[in-house]
Amino acid sequence: MKLKKGIPVIDQGNKLGFWGGKFGGNFVPETLKKPIEDLEILFNKLKKDNKFINERDKYFKNWVGSPTRFIKLENLTKHVGGAQIWSKVVSDANGGAHKIYNATVHCLLAKRSGKKIICGDTGAGYAGKMLSMAAKKFGLKCKIFMGAKDIQRQQPNVKAMKKNGAEVIPVYSGSQTLVDAVSECMRYWVANCDKVAMCVGSTVGPAIFVRICGWSTSQISRELKIQLINEFGSVPKKLKLYNCVGGGSSSFGFWNEFMDYDKKQCEFIGVEAGGPAKSKKHAAPLTYGSKIGILHGAAQYVNQNTDGQIEETESISAGLDYPGISPLHCFLKDTKRARYTAASDEEALNAYKLVTKFEKLRPSLEPSHAFSVAIADSKKLSKDTIVVVNSCGDAYKDRGILEKRLGKKYV
Amino acid sequence: MFNPISFAFKKAKSENRPALLTYTVAGDSSKKQSLEILKSISKKVDILEIGVPHNTPVADGSQIQTSSYRAIKNGIKVNDIFKIVKDFKKFDKNKPIILMGYYNMIFQYGENEFLKKCKISGVNGLIIVDLPWPENKKFTTKCKKKSIFFIQLLSPTTSKSRLKKIINDSHEMIYFISMLSTTGGKLKVSSKEIMSNYNKIKKVNSKKNVVIGFGITEKTIKSLKKADGLVVGSAICEEITNSIKKRQNPVTNVYNVVNRLKNKIK
Repeated sequence: MKLKKGIPVIDQGNKLGFWGGKFGGNFVPETLKKPIEDLEILFNKLKKDNKFINERDKYFKNWVGSPTRFIKLENLTKHVGGAQIWSKVVSDANGGAHKIYNATVHCLLAKRSGKKIICGDTGAGYAGKMLSMAAKKFGLKCKIFMGAKDIQRQQPNVKAMKKNGAEVIPVYSGSQTLVDAVSECMRYWVANCDKVAMCVGSTVGPAIFVRICGWSTSQISRELKIQLINEFGSVPKKLKLYNCVGGGSSSFGFWNEFMDYDKKQCEFIGVEAGGPAKSKKHAAPLTYGSKIGILHGAAQYVNQNTDGQIEETESISAGLDYPGISPLHCFLKDTKRARYTAASDEEALNAYKLVTKFEKLRPSLEPSHAFSVAIADSKKLSKDTIVVVNSCGDAYKDRGILEKRLGKKYV
Repeated sequence: MFNPISFAFKKAKSENRPALLTYTVAGDSSKKQSLEILKSISKKVDILEIGVPHNTPVADGSQIQTSSYRAIKNGIKVNDIFKIVKDFKKFDKNKPIILMGYYNMIFQYGENEFLKKCKISGVNGLIIVDLPWPENKKFTTKCKKKSIFFIQLLSPTTSKSRLKKIINDSHEMIYFISMLSTTGGKLKVSSKEIMSNYNKIKKVNSKKNVVIGFGITEKTIKSLKKADGLVVGSAICEEITNSIKKRQNPVTNVYNVVNRLKNKIK
């Protein structure tokens, strides 16, 4: 299995949509074959269309707010006493997280296809919130599927979705989290694909959704590359990019522009959700060696039992609480371009405490996982190493959990 | 090679009626009871579809989901399902059995090993919801070698050119999904429209036995009786759920539903 240079990773799949010959694909009911094919044709055409690209860039710049900041965390760097710790503050983006890029592109595509309704899944509520914002902006009706457990633990985002006019549909099946929300959303699309467009909230699902999402979030690394060159004159000789990985949309977008660099110069570190320290359950299929299986239309490493039933996950972070992982990350793991590790709930909380103590930055529980590993690694790294953490979400949505786990002063 | 599925269609045709196919989930509500249900409805049904329950089913509505979760909760494993089929075949060896499920279960078992077990236990056909054409080409060839029918699915969204290619690659039986819906949805298109789509398939190749499924209940079954076969699934799963709620015997209640269905298409 080999990563090719000079070709975007999203376009390195084979004819049937498999990366490395075995990750991804289209394991979907027959009914969805046609709408997926239509979307493929539309996307393949538009991504080469300068008018469309300009339109996308216009909305990214004026509405999403690009570029998001790239800042040095001076105090944290001093405290840790190793590598220079920087952050790409993607939570600056309109709505407070990277999910806005994918949501915007899906709404633009839906408009072009003539569909008037868009449906989507959400875990932490960011994908849903952003889709509701974009749908409102582009005059589309919006339906969001969300696990009942997530609705309870991510109330601020639920309120935002409703305020934007979206219908939030609670999902009571299974573990009542993201995995069930994606299933229910796909089922809704099966029954309504003639009138409704679907947005999958991360780089997961049938191959076309993986590609659209990866293409959209790559805005993050396009900006970062320019910012690095402005700051250091060139892409640093020792660069390490840390990102949390749930479905894998923010991390893929954070790395994409640096794909062709040698990993000795530019290393990618993905941090999965290890779950509570005392629990055997986790949401880290790459770290803990899960087997390849099929989930939501794609072959990927996924937490499952020997029979092939998908296993329940556990994580403090709703956005990372997913048993599978993007086929793109499976591909990056097996080609050894990226390395993956996990942080536990407790480690993420400690990192949150540390970052907020030293910096004016409030990473949500998802990027707190990445901060945890980045801080630990930085201690051992040289001062000329540039560590960049993607702070891809804001902690506002986590206030309930933070208050419960850390006390009022951390909210 | 002889497959009892073909014979079942022939028999129904000779009686001038569509074949009746039922879908029940293996292990619902228990391993023992699901076998009892199969045995009790066997006389009334031409082909038995047995669902392999999966916990992230992307094409099933609430009724089949409920049955599947119940069966999984009660501990059903793939090997138990083969045992149910084997035990059933001891009771009625000529009744055709089709397993219906999602690809991950087969992928984890190993395609070859799964087909071997199908052969040994007496499975005659397979419907894999999320292994569409052309992704299924390799697997269907393997099925053919074991003379197990791989049943291709067609939907109202299937394009004309795709339809022809799929029919061309199909075995003797084809499953037509009546409408855009998950299983158990309310029939939202007219029977006339469904039959017109059905006839388009028959026109491409009249020799294939085409069954219609999704949205078929006691209310709707009669209007589609011109088809080669009709599948009822969610209505039966729902009956099991209701029987449990009312503390009645699911075996008797399911038999009664199936009996009424059969009378409507005689």
